[in-house]
Amino acid sequence: MVKKFLILLLVAGMGLIIFDLYQAFDSKESLGTLGEYYAQNGATDVGAANIVTAIVVTYRGLDTLGEVSILFLTAAILSFALSFRKEDEIENRELRPTSELLAIASQVLTPIIMIVGIYIFMNGHLTPGGGFQGGAVIASAILLMLMASPKLEVSHKVIAFVESVSGLAFIIIGVLGILLAGGFLDNGIMSLGTFGTLLSAGAIPLIYIFIGLKVGAELSNIVGTMSHDQNEK
Amino acid sequence: MFIAIAIILGILSLIAAYIALHHEKLTVAIIATGLVSLFASILFLLLAAPDVAMTEASIGSGLTTVIFFYVLNKIRQRNG
Amino acid sequence: MEYIIISIGFALVLLGLYGIMYMRNLIKIVIGFTLFNTGINIVMVSIGYIRNAAAPILDAIPAAGTTPNIVDPVPQALVLTAIVIGLGVTALMLTYVLKLHQDKKSLDINNFKDLKW
Repeated sequence: MVKKFLILLLVAGMGLIIFDLYQAFDSKESLGTLGEYYAQNGATDVGAANIVTAIVVTYRGLDTLGEVSILFLTAAILSFALSFRKEDEIENRELRPTSELLAIASQVLTPIIMIVGIYIFMNGHLTPGGGFQGGAVIASAILLMLMASPKLEVSHKVIAFVESVSGLAFIIIGVLGILLAGGFLDNGIMSLGTFGTLLSAGAIPLIYIFIGLKVGAELSNIVGTMSHDQNEK
Repeated sequence: MFIAIAIILGILSLIAAYIALHHEKLTVAIIATGLVSLFASILFLLLAAPDVAMTEASIGSGLTTVIFFYVLNKIRQRNG
Repeated sequence: MEYIIISIGFALVLLGLYGIMYMRNLIKIVIGFTLFNTGINIVMVSIGYIRNAAAPILDAIPAAGTTPNIVDPVPQALVLTAIVIGLGVTALMLTYVLKLHQDKKSLDINNFKDLKW
C-alpha cells in the first residue's frame, strides 16, 4: 500500500516537471538559423529534393553510421542469445498446417511487397522514404513468406553475405568521399545531375541502396531466428 | 478541422494505452500497443512529417508487434 | 494544434512511466518502455512544427536568397534514428525476459530477488 502511494507520488512529481516544460513551450513562427540554412542551401549543395534525406545521409552521415552499427549489434546479439534449442527437438516438430487463404494470397502479395520496398529505397532522395523504411518493408515480405510456408528455412549464408557486402560497400563509399570530395560520406564523388530526376544527388541513391539491403537483411535475420520453432501443435 | 482530428486521435490513443497496461490477457495488451503506434503515425502525418510517419508505421506498428508475439508464443510453449 | 499534440505526447510519457514502475508482469514492463518511447518521439517532432508550412520536400531549386516555406527538418532526422534504435532496445529487453523465464519459469518480477541485499 505504501509502495503504491510512493509510486503515484513519483509520477505526480514527474508530471509537475513536465507541466513546467509545457508552460515554457511557444509555437514557432519561422525557421531558426540552422533550419533556414538547410532549407536554402540543401537543394544546391546536395542536389536532393527530400531535405530530411539530405540531412540524414550527408550533413549528419556519421549518425547514420552509428545507427547502422547498432542495428548490426542487435541482430548479432539476438541470434546469439536465442539459439538454445536442443537437437532432438528439431526432429520431433509437428507443424500445424497453414490456412489455404494465406498460402494462395502470399504467392500474389510477396512480389508486389518486395517491389514496393525496392521502390521506396531507390527513390529516397525524391519522395518520402529511404533506406530504413524500404528495408523494413522487405523484412515484412519475408515474414509473410515464412508465415505461409512454415517449412521454409531462411538461408543464413545468403543473408550474411548480403549484409556484409552492403556494410563494406557503405564504408568504402564513405572513404572514397574523403579521397575524392569534401569529407566522409560526401556525395560529390558522382555528379549532381538534374534536380528531381532519378539519377541526381550524386552518391545518395547508391548509399541508400546499400543501407536498404543491409537493414532488410538484418531484420529478416531477426525474424527468421525467432520463427525457428514457432509452429508446433 | 485538423484540430478536431487531433483531439479525437488523442483520446483514442490514450484509451488504447490504458487498455495496453491494464487488461489481463497479454494478447489484447500487445495489439493495443500496436494500435498506439498506428495512431502516433497518423499524428506524425498531421505534423507534416511523412518520412517519420512511414518509419513509425512500418517499424513501430509492424515489427515490434511481431517480435512481441514471437516471445509470447515461446513462453507459452515452455509453460505447458 | 501543436499544443494538443504535445500534451498527448507528454500524457503517453507519464502513462509509460507509471506502467514501468507499477506493473508486476515482465511483459507489461516492456510495453511501458514502448509507450514511453512513442510519447517522447511525438514530442520531439511537434517541436519543429510551423503553422501553414509544408512538408520538407521541395519542388524546385529555390531562388537565391529566398527561403522555402517548410517545417524544421532537423527534429525529423533525429526522430528517424530514434525510432530504429527503440526497436533494437525493445528486442534486447525481450531477450532478457526470455532468459529470465527460462531460469525460474515465472513472469512475476517479485520472484527475482537475487540482487536484493
